[in-house]
Amino acid sequence: MTLSRGARLALTLAMGAGLALVYVPLAVVLVNSFNTSRTFGWPPAGFTLDWWVRAWQAQGLTTALWTSVQAGLGATGIAMVLGTMAAFAVSRYRFFGRQAVSFLVLLPIALPGIVTGIALNNAFRTVLSPLGIGLGLFTVIVGHATFCVVVVFNNVLARLRRIAGSLEEASMDLGAGIGATFWRVTLPSIRSALLAGGLLAFALSFDEIIVTTFTAGAGVQTLPIWIFGNLFRPNQAPVVNVVAAALIVLSVLPVWLAQRVGGDSGGGRL
Amino acid sequence: MRDHTSGYAAHPSPTQGEARRGGSGSPGADPGAGIAIRLRNLHKSFGHIEAVRGVDLEVGDGEFFSMLGPSGSGKTTVLRLIAGFEAPTSGTIELGGRDVTRVAPFDRDVNTVFQDYALFPHMSVEQNVAYGLAVKKVPSHERTARTREALAAVRLEGFGSRRPSQLSGGQRQRVALARALVNRPRVLLLDEPLGALDLKLRQQMQVELKNLQREVGITFVFVTHDQEEALTMSDRIAVFHEGRIEQVAPAAEVYQHPASEFVATFVGTANLLRGSSARTVLGTDGTWSIRPEHLRMTDPATTVDPREHHADGVISDIVYAGPVSRYVVALDLGPNLIVTTQNATLAPADTSAERGRRVRVVWRPEHALRVG
Repeated sequence: MTLSRGARLALTLAMGAGLALVYVPLAVVLVNSFNTSRTFGWPPAGFTLDWWVRAWQAQGLTTALWTSVQAGLGATGIAMVLGTMAAFAVSRYRFFGRQAVSFLVLLPIALPGIVTGIALNNAFRTVLSPLGIGLGLFTVIVGHATFCVVVVFNNVLARLRRIAGSLEEASMDLGAGIGATFWRVTLPSIRSALLAGGLLAFALSFDEIIVTTFTAGAGVQTLPIWIFGNLFRPNQAPVVNVVAAALIVLSVLPVWLAQRVGGDSGGGRL
Repeated sequence: MRDHTSGYAAHPSPTQGEARRGGSGSPGADPGAGIAIRLRNLHKSFGHIEAVRGVDLEVGDGEFFSMLGPSGSGKTTVLRLIAGFEAPTSGTIELGGRDVTRVAPFDRDVNTVFQDYALFPHMSVEQNVAYGLAVKKVPSHERTARTREALAAVRLEGFGSRRPSQLSGGQRQRVALARALVNRPRVLLLDEPLGALDLKLRQQMQVELKNLQREVGITFVFVTHDQEEALTMSDRIAVFHEGRIEQVAPAAEVYQHPASEFVATFVGTANLLRGSSARTVLGTDGTWSIRPEHLRMTDPATTVDPREHHADGVISDIVYAGPVSRYVVALDLGPNLIVTTQNATLAPADTSAERGRRVRVVWRPEHALRVG
């Protein structure tokens, strides 16, 4: 399609404005984490690593970071196993209620976090508490897994729809048993989609705050909750800035990786 | 006027002559050969759809055997039952005398060439071919030697390190063949393996496949819906129709002596005469088939050899098809007959003058075959 010079210029400007809206504030956060001024005046008053040192020593921050990593890894692990299994069931078998299962797996990502959070909070308290399991890291992991499953499911399903079912038949035809077929043929064909889904699932879990609030209980603090708790304390503002800056850098990594390994399966993502 | 042999020119494949010689051998040509596959009263239903309805079949060792039929006739299902991808609803499958009806595909001594080739995209050509040997824990030096040998047999030396995505359709097809043959199975199953290739490549692969089968001596079971392909390549053909086998016979016999009306019309072209048409034209009851190339047209004024039959009519349509032309003759007695004539000389550019001309259609009584 050919566009007139004016139209091209207008579209370029619109795209530039859109991207600037998203990324300029992020850049400001990054710059301010090195700003000597406590009030974040512009232009920056000077360069300092002081806030980064203070952040590292801040009360509860490293514990919160570790909790978030654990929650993310746990939820991602559950999501990768269950999401892959669900994707296989939906794509490879014909059974009663197949469409319904597909819909029910996808639904949690669209549900408002607050609804999921309240529902899970009620369920955990009525079902798990009598069994002696209180709200804590475990319930956070389960809560996050509900929506992490969706991204893995979607990625793997998109891949399975593209690869021919005859690959597995060919493997068995050539003498490989069910296990060997899975490890040698099926898993390598879905590996990149699975990895991309897993990285996105981890990213989703890592910055989750609403469901976490309802499922974490008193003793457990994830990083987003720690940030939220410290955001409005005037003394902590520069430290929060540092954490935000660090998270920007950290979250670029999995998304970039997911895009690389996922290749053209990007369309299957949410 | 003994030009009946020229009738085969209706199939312009250059491989025809050779295949006919190869195909003349009956399944029992080698008296020492055993039975590679034996199917007994095989049934397969998917839900309430009966895909296979009682198939009995024996395929001999070293045979090139084709299963021919239109889509939905059950031929591919029978192939998948032999491979073990589906379990029969009832009936038994024997491979080399062993009952394998309930045996998993990976424990059956058969290999399959899939319609879409099913090459593993994440492996090189070499790894694809060596796959069967690797999962069976064949020592690596033997694996390498046999893989190289198999790639040489399909003329793909030097392609070992490529990925399937870097190959053409014909090359992928040959990799699929090598990957199956390297295991030296008792039976090789081929599910319409040439379907995705263009005509020239397909004809070339037909010859190559046939030669390869003769060299390795493995039983080939070849599924196709292309009757010309089946006639060209096979020792014997089973014609499938609606989940049953209508006829099993050597290739030439299927064409020359079709066992049923379906076989007569599916394999080649046939003029069918039945009921009142048969009574008026042939003077007898039943359903009869006459091949278009067994009919010839003369001037209505000429006298006909008393040993031959004839009927008069008007040319109603002419189709020019390169080596032959097809004439549709509307008989005065009612039915239409298709007559093919060889275009040995240049055909007249304007065939419209022919239309409406009165002709006498002549045939030898033994060329009218009773098919029902």
